Amino acid sequence: MPATIPKHPEVNMMNPSIPLPPAPAEHDKTMRKSDPSTGHGDTQPAIEVAGFDAWYGDFHALKNMNMVIPEKRITAFIGPSGCGKSTFLRWINRMNDLVPSARAAGTLKLHGQDLLDSSTDVVELRRHVGMVFQKPNPFPKNIYDNVAFGPRLHLRMSRVELDQVVEQSLRSAALWDEVKDRLKSPALSLSGGQQQRLCIARAIAVGPSVLLMDEPCSALDPRSTAAIEDLMAQLRNDYTIAIVTHNMQQASRASDYSAFMYQGELIEFGDTEQVFTMPRNEQTQNYITGRFG
Amino acid sequence: MTAINPQPAVSLPRGRPKSKILRRVRESCIMAGLIGCGVFSIATTLTIIVILSVEALRFFRLDEVSFWGFISGTKWSPLLGAEKHFGVWPLICGTLLVTAVAMAVALPLGLITAIWLSEYAKPKVRAVIKPVLEVLAGIPTVVFGFFALTVITPGLRWLHEGFGVYNAASAGLAVAVMCLPIVTSLAEDALRAVPRSLREGAFGLGATRFEVAVKVVTPAALSGIVAAFLLAIARAVGETMIVALAAGASPSLTLDPRSEVQPMTGYMVQIFLGDASNYGAEYYSSYAVAATLFLMTLLLTLIGHRVRVRYRQVYE
Repeated sequence: MPATIPKHPEVNMMNPSIPLPPAPAEHDKTMRKSDPSTGHGDTQPAIEVAGFDAWYGDFHALKNMNMVIPEKRITAFIGPSGCGKSTFLRWINRMNDLVPSARAAGTLKLHGQDLLDSSTDVVELRRHVGMVFQKPNPFPKNIYDNVAFGPRLHLRMSRVELDQVVEQSLRSAALWDEVKDRLKSPALSLSGGQQQRLCIARAIAVGPSVLLMDEPCSALDPRSTAAIEDLMAQLRNDYTIAIVTHNMQQASRASDYSAFMYQGELIEFGDTEQVFTMPRNEQTQNYITGRFG
Repeated sequence: MTAINPQPAVSLPRGRPKSKILRRVRESCIMAGLIGCGVFSIATTLTIIVILSVEALRFFRLDEVSFWGFISGTKWSPLLGAEKHFGVWPLICGTLLVTAVAMAVALPLGLITAIWLSEYAKPKVRAVIKPVLEVLAGIPTVVFGFFALTVITPGLRWLHEGFGVYNAASAGLAVAVMCLPIVTSLAEDALRAVPRSLREGAFGLGATRFEVAVKVVTPAALSGIVAAFLLAIARAVGETMIVALAAGASPSLTLDPRSEVQPMTGYMVQIFLGDASNYGAEYYSSYAVAATLFLMTLLLTLIGHRVRVRYRQVYE
């Protein structure tokens, strides 16, 4: 792929010239200027979901979902275990392809491109939709090689360029200062919170526009959790983030939009403040106030 | 010791209490049994080592033998000729040649098969192939020996005239067939033990199935794979029936797999099957050869252990 050799890695890293999504970086600033003060401002749709159903074998895991996930905002998915949050996330980057019994129907579009279409190149898709998992899963390699893993798969880079990508990704993940002197030590020697930030850096390094986070803090202590939440607030400027969480406080303080799901259905979706202060649906109300789930 | 006698919160049927003495006796019996079994297996191993060493030492004390001549000599002719030579290198060379041929085939093939089974094969296919492989591992090696003599050797001779009636390559290939299921099965276990989360992490970065298998799963399973390799090498080095049948009985210091060789185990079979009397230098020489073989496999086991410790990835 000679077209993807980045001349200016500091720009291209976030925007490797690939047709699928629009350029993330510049886009955002204009939107900010148009509405610097209140709420979430004007938003562009990133992921469009309409009449979306998903199954595992005979189990109807997601039922008729309809929503638009806005670009460069944090959208939190909440709901009791088994409600389909993770399943939905794993359809956005087609991770469910790994599950033989999984299938889906309906509309699921990322920047206008139908993700369920058989012509969609999942390898390319996953470059644009990074994923961070519940349990930190760094590869048993050193820190540098973990971050360089994605770029090495996709891009032909000089050593210097790769060094830059690794440094910037680690900086973006707020980990650089902690690891810059020991890039060659094993990733598994890091603490859990550091490992999770390393996984975020690893996802950022391939230049995605969307980040999916599947309960990224559930295995972390409160301090590490706070660090990840701070990081999400920074990443919000450049990335569309979808996060699954069981932590109500996390959803309410860290996200712009919240989606409440229950038994495979999207019960309520809206502005986080609205969902948490005046939910329209009784089930949502019951869940966020801790009456069930 | 005060008796602990709490009042149950809920009254359930109590029955009769079990005898505490009986329980204590039973526990001691089990303990004694376990210790006995452990002592027995350790004692057996130690006995073997002691007998090997004693008999080997007796060999080295014989007049016609020198220790230095044994470990540096390049001529092994204990049975024929007026002057007997006890230089172990031709036998070691035979063993290494057969093992090299076998491993050159079995290790890559076994690893590739394991990767295919673990990362590509559908669960149903794997459910059939894995047990079949394990059955293959149980075939008596004498069968592989005859297979080498009646199928592999004629095939090799048909391909190329230079192969002898007995040759190292034929025995090596049969040993490879014998080792293949072991390598495949153990390497596959190691690959499958790599947590799913690592695979998902790599897929999530846009890696293809092949990239996931080669760049993430295989390196993560390295210690297990190397252990599988070393076990296969140890099996090949110690393999007896196949080489006794197919490799030949003329020790020679050669690296040509087409020629007849005599591996260490082959020599021992020859001695103990009655080609020689059960005393004298040639008889005791087999103990020295056995001790050498033991040291070689011991070394392999130690290396294997070191590798496991060094490269073991601890998940969770």
